[in-house]
Amino acid sequence: MARSPNPLAGLARNVNAWLEERIDLSGIRELIRHKVVPVHRHTIWYYFGGMTLFLFVIQVLTGILLLLYYRPSAEEAFESVQFIVTEVEFGWLIRSIHSWSANLLVATMMIHLFSVYFTQAYRKPRELTWVSGMCLFGIFLFFGFSGYLLPWNELAYFATKVGTDVAGQIPVVGHLMARILRGGDDVTGATLSRFYGIHVAILPAITTALLGFHLFLVQKQGMSVPPEVERSGAPLRTMPFLPDFLLRDLVGWLSALAVLGALAAYFPWELGVKADPFAPAPAGIRPEWYFMYMFQTLKYIPAKIGPIDGELLGVLGFGLGGLFLFLVPFLDRKTARGEKSPLFTWIGVAIAAYIVVLSVLGYMAPGGK
Amino acid sequence: MALRSRRGTSPLPTAHHGTDLLGRCIVFAWALVVGALLFAGGRAEAQKLPEGNSCIDCHRGIGDPRVTPPAEKFPQDIHLAKGILCQDCHGGDPRNFDPKGSMNPAKGFIGKPKHQAIPQLCGKCHSNAAYMKKFNPTIRVDQVQEYLTSVHGRKLREGDQKVATCISCHDVHNIRAIKDQQAWTYPVKVVETCGRCHGDAKYMEGYKIATDVVDKYKKSVHYEALTKKGDLSAPTCNVCHGNHGATPPGVDSVANVCGTCHSLTADFFNQSPHKKAFAAMGLAPCVTCHSNHDVTKPSDTLVGTDQQAVCVNCHDPASAGYQKAAAIRTSLDELRGAVQRAAGILDRAEHAGMEVSQAKFELRGATDALLKTRATVHRFDPVAIRNLSDEGVQVANKMYDKGVKAMDDLRFRHRGLWISVGIILVAIAGLVLKIREIDRRRG
Repeated sequence: MARSPNPLAGLARNVNAWLEERIDLSGIRELIRHKVVPVHRHTIWYYFGGMTLFLFVIQVLTGILLLLYYRPSAEEAFESVQFIVTEVEFGWLIRSIHSWSANLLVATMMIHLFSVYFTQAYRKPRELTWVSGMCLFGIFLFFGFSGYLLPWNELAYFATKVGTDVAGQIPVVGHLMARILRGGDDVTGATLSRFYGIHVAILPAITTALLGFHLFLVQKQGMSVPPEVERSGAPLRTMPFLPDFLLRDLVGWLSALAVLGALAAYFPWELGVKADPFAPAPAGIRPEWYFMYMFQTLKYIPAKIGPIDGELLGVLGFGLGGLFLFLVPFLDRKTARGEKSPLFTWIGVAIAAYIVVLSVLGYMAPGGK
Repeated sequence: MALRSRRGTSPLPTAHHGTDLLGRCIVFAWALVVGALLFAGGRAEAQKLPEGNSCIDCHRGIGDPRVTPPAEKFPQDIHLAKGILCQDCHGGDPRNFDPKGSMNPAKGFIGKPKHQAIPQLCGKCHSNAAYMKKFNPTIRVDQVQEYLTSVHGRKLREGDQKVATCISCHDVHNIRAIKDQQAWTYPVKVVETCGRCHGDAKYMEGYKIATDVVDKYKKSVHYEALTKKGDLSAPTCNVCHGNHGATPPGVDSVANVCGTCHSLTADFFNQSPHKKAFAAMGLAPCVTCHSNHDVTKPSDTLVGTDQQAVCVNCHDPASAGYQKAAAIRTSLDELRGAVQRAAGILDRAEHAGMEVSQAKFELRGATDALLKTRATVHRFDPVAIRNLSDEGVQVANKMYDKGVKAMDDLRFRHRGLWISVGIILVAIAGLVLKIREIDRRRG
């Protein structure tokens, strides 16, 4: 074989040959070579899974950097974050990107979830992909909840107090769950240590396993084609994953990076004031945008509905809604049989509309803006 | 649940249902407290008058507006709540419904007491420590004694029928505890109580004292603190003049009166050369510069050599005092300017999203120094004031530098962002060109 004049290409070939001698890479090579992405009018939704993954990688990288300076105790947590954003070179950027990226991640994950729902990609044989995705959704919300306390500021403190109170409303296990989360009866330094452990060790470990499983299924089963595209009978166009789809993915990721940079530079994530367990709750307190619909719903529910506590009913309602979404591949039998399933589409529309409308109402309510 | 807040958007936490629950508990507790107060207040408002009391029955039933007010007003009176009735002050026999019997001087009936007799009448109980202890073991019993030392008391003994006695300030037949918000003696009502006489030029005719004191006081920083800020410890008439022993503070004692609250300032003044000078000139400390009833919030312009400064009222430009006043003012202006400059840049940095809370906290060192310098002005020692001012200026300048650094950082961030965005856009453009090339190649 004639030697390439490009020394880098030569080095790559040598490394490849060295690896090939020891590990059989033909399977992976074949997978990449033959992996294709369907092209149709809903292809754009495929990018949101990759975008979520990209933001997760950002979270991991910025999170590791934050770990170098963060100190997880009620006495030092706030001061250490203050040190990061004021004294550490580019600490402000890392912290702001970590916070903004977490929010964008939840947004892209929601878009990904609903796009999969409306294109009915959860149907057989992808039930496990959907279930693992729903688990990841819950875990990422918990990532947000646990990470929010770590700066140990006033808002984080009261947010955790309220959030763990809501968890305590769950029948039978609620009280125990709240105690386990708090490490006692109230939110204290013990809660902070606990949330820190959950945020940087337990959740990442579970996420790695679940994400690996989710991505394995996506690679194994390929991208789902929406039923309406399948039913149209038209020949299905595809594009190679490498490089066509990946290059397009990269365009999206770079755009997301630019947006994150702009948000960090123009709207740095505020630190607030250090938590004081003896201080009253601050005025105008409201949840993060992705919990706003729950917050607003609970405000509307009366204190008592018959003999049942209104708050408990609200928590049960959200639990049932989550369970419905979790089990939708097994409930939607028509889609599984390849038939149209307008009922589930309308239920999805109702859920999405509910989330949007209640969130808007939450922001329009006095003190919500 | 993660919560965020925008401060100042709502006076109350708009709560999640968890805090709504807390809110409901608070509302319930509040309702209980209010209910209890109303209940208790209701008892005070509507004390039931005793049955079978000829004084009350006649005064209430007679229908003559000249005699009914005592019976009408008495249900709100604290004495009724404590079981003290008409005969305890006026004598007579309330069990006897024959006017001749019930209002029999032989039964101790004194009728309407004479103006001059009122202090002694009230003092019959209120000066009796053993008796008063039954109602409140810590209550004062020296009011009458003190009253007799007051201008009111002295004039009363001289036969003046217009001066205030107990009932002039405490009302009659509607006497309330001093903590009762409707009492004439409640702090925010005192100025109206005193003003009923001291604000009435016609009534005060002949006494040769100013009657604009009430209007002046209402323009003061003290009245503002009392009524607008709700600070019940802010001084009203009785705090400076005394209540039962009410008397105008003299030149010698006015500094002691102000110094009761403004103790540090009073100490500084006592160390200053002005103490002797004021005494020699017969000038009252404090009020000569700050005025008395209409004392406004002092500003740095009070000191110095310009038109608004009070120093120039005594010190002519050739005097050493004039030079000292100028030097003191310069020190104050420098420190105030440095604090304002630092606070301004830190506020701008904070509004731009920069984390400057530590610098803002440290700036308190300079604002504290400004407060201390303002108080130290009363020593009229330019060197001591300069030293304090310099310390504060040093802190303020350090914080200003931190503000400048924060603003520089902000500009660096914005520049860095646009450079990064430029690089990213170039990379995106390259990727788009590559995608098009691939698409073209594939047809």
